Amino acid sequence: MARTDPKKDVVIVGLGWTGSIMGIELAKEGLDILALERGPDRSTVPDFKYPDVIDELEYGIRFGFMQKPRNSTITVRRTLDEQAQPMRRLGSFLPGDGVGGAGIHWNGQTWRPMENEYRLRSYVEEEFGADTIPEGMTIQDWGVTAEELEPFYDRFEYMAGISGQAGNINGEIIEGGNPFEAPRSRDYPLPPLKQTVDALMFQDAAKAMGYHPFPRPAANASEAWTNEYGMQLGPCNFCGFCERYGCINYSKSSPQTCILDALKRYPNFAYRTNSEVLKVDMADDGQTATGVTYWDEAAQEQVTQPADLVILAAYQLHNVHLMLLSGIGEPYNPATGEGVTGKNYSYQLIGGTTLFYKDVEFNPFAASGSSGISIDDFAINQIDFAEEGFIGGSYITAGASNGQPIRGISLPEGTPEWGAGWKQGIGDWYGHSMSIGSHGSNLSYRDCYLDLDPTYTDPHGRPLMRLTFDWKQNDIRMTQFMRTKIEEIARSMNPDSWQSSYESEGARYDVRPYQTTHNVGGSIMGTDPDTSAVNRYLQAWDKHNVFVLGAGAFPQNIQYNPTGAVGALAYWAARAIREDYLPNPRPLV
Amino acid sequence: MRTFVRILMGLVVLGGVALLAFIAIPVQRSGPVQALPADWRPEPGQGEYAMRIADCAACHTAPDGRQFAGGREINSPVGIIVSPNITPDDETGIGTWSLEDFRAALYDGVKPDGTHLYPAMPYENYRKLTEEDVRALYHYFMDEVEPIRNAIKPSDLPFPFDQRWGLRAWKWVALQDDPGFRPSTDDPVLARGEYLVEGPGHCNACHGPRDLVMAQDALDVTQDAFLSGGEIDGWTAPALRGPNSAIGDWSAEDIGMILATGRNAHAAINGEMQLVVRDSTQFMTEEDLYAISSLLVSLNGGPDPAERPKNDTETEALIASADPGMPLGARLYIDNCNACHFADGLGADEVFPELAGNALVTADSPTGLISMILAGSELPSTPIRPYALRMPGFADRLTDAEVAALATFVRQGWTNTAGPVAESAVSDLRGETKTEVE
Repeated sequence: MARTDPKKDVVIVGLGWTGSIMGIELAKEGLDILALERGPDRSTVPDFKYPDVIDELEYGIRFGFMQKPRNSTITVRRTLDEQAQPMRRLGSFLPGDGVGGAGIHWNGQTWRPMENEYRLRSYVEEEFGADTIPEGMTIQDWGVTAEELEPFYDRFEYMAGISGQAGNINGEIIEGGNPFEAPRSRDYPLPPLKQTVDALMFQDAAKAMGYHPFPRPAANASEAWTNEYGMQLGPCNFCGFCERYGCINYSKSSPQTCILDALKRYPNFAYRTNSEVLKVDMADDGQTATGVTYWDEAAQEQVTQPADLVILAAYQLHNVHLMLLSGIGEPYNPATGEGVTGKNYSYQLIGGTTLFYKDVEFNPFAASGSSGISIDDFAINQIDFAEEGFIGGSYITAGASNGQPIRGISLPEGTPEWGAGWKQGIGDWYGHSMSIGSHGSNLSYRDCYLDLDPTYTDPHGRPLMRLTFDWKQNDIRMTQFMRTKIEEIARSMNPDSWQSSYESEGARYDVRPYQTTHNVGGSIMGTDPDTSAVNRYLQAWDKHNVFVLGAGAFPQNIQYNPTGAVGALAYWAARAIREDYLPNPRPLV
Repeated sequence: MRTFVRILMGLVVLGGVALLAFIAIPVQRSGPVQALPADWRPEPGQGEYAMRIADCAACHTAPDGRQFAGGREINSPVGIIVSPNITPDDETGIGTWSLEDFRAALYDGVKPDGTHLYPAMPYENYRKLTEEDVRALYHYFMDEVEPIRNAIKPSDLPFPFDQRWGLRAWKWVALQDDPGFRPSTDDPVLARGEYLVEGPGHCNACHGPRDLVMAQDALDVTQDAFLSGGEIDGWTAPALRGPNSAIGDWSAEDIGMILATGRNAHAAINGEMQLVVRDSTQFMTEEDLYAISSLLVSLNGGPDPAERPKNDTETEALIASADPGMPLGARLYIDNCNACHFADGLGADEVFPELAGNALVTADSPTGLISMILAGSELPSTPIRPYALRMPGFADRLTDAEVAALATFVRQGWTNTAGPVAESAVSDLRGETKTEVE
């Protein structure tokens, strides 16, 4: 069974953050738009309804809001000579599905990259010399600058009602904010969240050591907020169920709270759920896309959906998968270094030190997803790469995001892992620990990439995507450097005991334990069609009516959580489409 | 004796004749209150706007039904009244009606065949419509609305309320004034507000008390009873003036905001008002919203709303104490309500309504509050506040006794001093509540 539906002006693949942003920005232009979401519809009530969603087993452990590997997974290997195996249970990262995408179950940290992160290769070559870049590292410039993107970060942050404290407004350093951040044009829309005990203790210690602590920028509203679309957030109540959960309280910025009800009012916008796009269809001449083919779960048939403009707004991994399946960009070949699609997959390198205090009650159950204190004194623009022997940086941070019983309890080393001793440990230590974390960059390498798996296929018969990725010495050195800095702070805080967990020399990537969902690259942006998959407006170099949004555009990972940059790039691309592309559809570069 | 019988017989006959005449002689129908040229036609959009300010859609559209095709069941004190089809379909709607027929329905509450309309149709208020609005509405329904064939089964009221001729007597009491609007002020803004509130907006139909025969106690702003609070379908329509005014300290902006969006810094709408915002007030011009807001502010003692004092209350201290021994109602509040409405009961502007001083919470009848706790409520999506914010229901989580304890707690918490709620009142309502804007 198959059908062909009437042509649309625009088809958007995926209705998370970027699909919603592009949807509403293009809906304003009067275009006839269809968004296709492969998961179900989701609304605060009933899907995130209090108290039903406050269920750690269902959503925290069993991944109620995440993609199901039986429907969609990837194969994973660490090196070119390994046989990749399908990931049968989510682990290292947790892509969401359904309306709102991962935008419903994030913690809400909303950062802007450092100025030098957009032009990392140029920066390293200019400051430290080209020979600082190790063999096999394939870092690139983004093709845009912090200054160019500033208005679009501003737009995203005000749309999403971010709570924070500016540190640099138009070059003026603001006390209490991050003095190392790129200049911003104005303060955050909302004041910072209140801070919990652990964050305040870290703040004091960091200050005493001469560092510059500041509140984490948070998509958990500190006050009621109404955005440019008239959408509303209520103040966060520190319920402690943020990451992996939809917000019960209209407090976490998400497509639902910030965009969707406004978007649904446009009669020229429609969306279909349980509709998985299988490929982007191409014109005979291969120069443009003609629309998409998707699987309509309700009708149990394939649908050809013609469209003039195709926006890939799915999760980074799925955007790249669709590009590989549809012939958008030359597939990357690690043997030659040629090709662009799938190139420069990178991840995030995190580590942490846990501090135990018998006599401090941290009350971690009263927590917000992104409250907390950070320092950027060891950020990527503060480190002498030549001297330290690595390229990269990290923010260092404290602030519990939850005190959930199954995943949220740290126990001192040596505590039994089961039985009466474990129970005793839980009783002794719940609420008596805090952690200081490093959230660091991960750079791009010649043999870390995405391609189509030669063996395994999905339920639609399409080859699965294969991830080839391993840790590299450069990044291990970065995280070990951060370890020394964090342990120094930890010691100054006089805990009863402390323990560290950082990747160390020789560590291999393990896809099983959760780390972060900050997967980037594969559809990287740039200024050269030979080395990037999309141009600086996220337009596919070789198919001018295809735009690819999301963190796939990052040529290597930043040292921050990606959503701020993902949102800003979506507004940046939307502006280019509205003002430049629609009047005259063509390659913009 | 024979004479007496004769007289009695004569009286019976006379009474019978009078009754027949009462039932059968057509009612005199009111004419236009202003003279307009025969070829007068509304400006583009004027008819639709008149329909919006008169809120015809809310009652004449069934849940999930087509607009104006009737079939909505209106739960009146005397039984269920079903709204008729007012699309211009010749057989099942009003397609054959003349302008005179249409005006008589609005002014006199009679159909072309002389049948009396139940006063669920607010002709007590529509009697004040200008001729221009009557004509605008007529042309809108005749020329711009698609005819829909949808036969509505007649309302099925119990005797004696099924005897519509009795409404003729009712109208002698209720419709004493001549048709037409007479402002009480020279101020054009306030006069416009009076017109909208008294006439097309028919606000007093819900927000005003009714007398022994269910007629509105007062029909214009000069009377203290006007807008002094009423009840609809068990929900309190709060007083909008006087000592119990729900909006006594609201600014004109607050009032305009809640009419335009269903929400403001203090409160959110609920119950039947959801339909009013969905179908009517959100479409009003800024000028008309300002006119209504200005009028309501003036009815509440002038344009100088005091900043609501944020006193620390015993209730807030009790909640903040987190004492496990606190009474059941307070514990239930923390477990179910505190996340949004907070310990001070003041919520957050435009998102979480204040419970301290909230008209729904402190209403004499707890029906609305109990329904809200059981089933929750959803705000309509409007242009400037598109989010259909929704409070979930707690029926699946709380027993009747718990709902009663919780409702009693919020009715008596902070600065609230309303009466307690009985468990039986919750039992009566469970399963019968409705929440959504359809």
